[in-house]
Amino acid sequence: MTALRLLIVDDEAPARSRLRNLLDDIAGELPTAVAVEAADGIEALEKAGDVAIDVALVDIRMPRMDGIELARHLSARDPAPAVIFVTAYDQYAVKAFELSAVDYLLKPVKATRLADALRKVRHAPSPVAAVQAAAEAVQPGGRRQLRSSERGKVLLVPAADVLYFKAELKYVTARTREREFLLEESLAQLESEFAARFLRIHRNCLVARDAIAGFEHDHEAPNEPESAEPRWALILRGVAERLPVSRRQWPQVKAILNQ
Amino acid sequence: MASLFPAGSPRLPDFRNLGTWLRVLLAVNAMALVAVLVRARGWAGVPAEFAQLAAVVEPATLGGLLLLGAIRARLAAMSPAPAAAVVVAVAALAGMAFAALLAPLSPAQSQPWWHAGFWAALAACILLAWFDLAARAHAPAVTEARLMALTARIRPHFLFNSLNAVLGVMRADPRRAEQALEELAELFRVLMQDNRELVPLSAEIALARQYLDLERLRLGDRLQVRWAIDTCPPDALVPPLMLQPLIENAVYHGIEPLAGAGEVTIALARRQGRVLIEIANPVLEAGGGDHHAGNRMALANIRERLLLFFDLEATLATDSADGRYRVRIELPYRPGAPS
Repeated sequence: MTALRLLIVDDEAPARSRLRNLLDDIAGELPTAVAVEAADGIEALEKAGDVAIDVALVDIRMPRMDGIELARHLSARDPAPAVIFVTAYDQYAVKAFELSAVDYLLKPVKATRLADALRKVRHAPSPVAAVQAAAEAVQPGGRRQLRSSERGKVLLVPAADVLYFKAELKYVTARTREREFLLEESLAQLESEFAARFLRIHRNCLVARDAIAGFEHDHEAPNEPESAEPRWALILRGVAERLPVSRRQWPQVKAILNQ
Repeated sequence: MASLFPAGSPRLPDFRNLGTWLRVLLAVNAMALVAVLVRARGWAGVPAEFAQLAAVVEPATLGGLLLLGAIRARLAAMSPAPAAAVVVAVAALAGMAFAALLAPLSPAQSQPWWHAGFWAALAACILLAWFDLAARAHAPAVTEARLMALTARIRPHFLFNSLNAVLGVMRADPRRAEQALEELAELFRVLMQDNRELVPLSAEIALARQYLDLERLRLGDRLQVRWAIDTCPPDALVPPLMLQPLIENAVYHGIEPLAGAGEVTIALARRQGRVLIEIANPVLEAGGGDHHAGNRMALANIRERLLLFFDLEATLATDSADGRYRVRIELPYRPGAPS
């Protein structure tokens, strides 16, 4: 049996050593190897990089980036590791895990429960969609931070700062007031995750609703016959660019702007 | 906070309680009988006169009670003094309405229109005062029950995380694990004892230190604590389990979500006849919403216990400035017997 490659994330050192002790205890029947150990979500993402991980044991309450947010980032990996949440006492989250059939452990963690959970994810891990659904139930509104890689470094962009997402050829860019970030995910995925805050205005563009300042005639639209309806572009708060609205999306965008 | 502690304001009876109705009817009939006796010139006329009066008083009382029962929820939502005024007004109206309604049946009597209303209002005042007194007589028991219910509870989050941490150090450092379990036991002994009496501040400080020691096992150097207790009177009496829940809040909301180390400051001092307590912790700029709900509940609990123990002489205030969240408590200095 090949050893399961684990990611252990907990901000409390004794909690991490407890998990390592238990993993040693059950190594005979269930071989594991701790590939990465981290004290919070951000450290976990940084250290995990390209390291292959089968299972992530994730504490929920952590500084900087909590376990729910980390699980969202992990489920975007390919292949996505199985996620087992670990919590001392969070009735609300536990209920969400039960409802979505997501694996979790309660602190103090017991060796038998840990072995059961690992054995289960080895054979039938909770689907990524279940983990995402549980995360959405615990923390609605999608991720708080988006991950962008730049020259091998991981950058985290607060989702609340993003004015719009734009798909360009191979990549999606996220625009904040200050600059653009390259993301490695699809516009469709972003649209479903942030449906409450972002609005599709074009085949290749999602705009944050609260960033919209107004709209005007799109002067850069290609010349069209006089009879055609005018094309529109959105004016945004904080940046000078105008974003063209596609003819197909305009009725919906207009309806929302008029509300 | 006055609504939490209605001392000095009248307590209204429950107008849908059968016991209330029975008492009111009995009392009203007794008053009617007294009125008849006072007016009567001989024993012979008393039964007839009483029957005549009761014929007006009974339906008026029942009508008034029905109306009060119907608006009970609204009365409960009002502050006590206006609610009492409404009750008196309803009684007066019911009295006048039934007197007017039944006047044709006893044409012999011709009294001014306000007569019945006046007596009904007077009866209502007397009854309200009586109900209020009765409620006050029961109050110590109520207070005690409330104190029991308010006894601060430890967060399950803390208990389970601490146990997990003890298990985590058990193999590497058995002595530290032993010490932690001893501290946990002592903490729970205090939590489970009868916490209805004031305790000396020194006991609260000792308990807080033990609690902080347990938290240090989990959080390590992330938890920094500064005590400023040089001018603190160790014998000052304070509500039990006041300090520890406040420090637990400070750790939970101020230190745990922090990436690096953070400092909790605990300042205790005496100024003339007052004891001043201030606990401060760092605040995260992007404070989550869940932060405040639990915190407010713990603060409301302590605030209510302060009121029960010190009435209006104690105050609890919070503020948030310069990246720090502060809880300030002021209470009268009452030295306990030296033990």
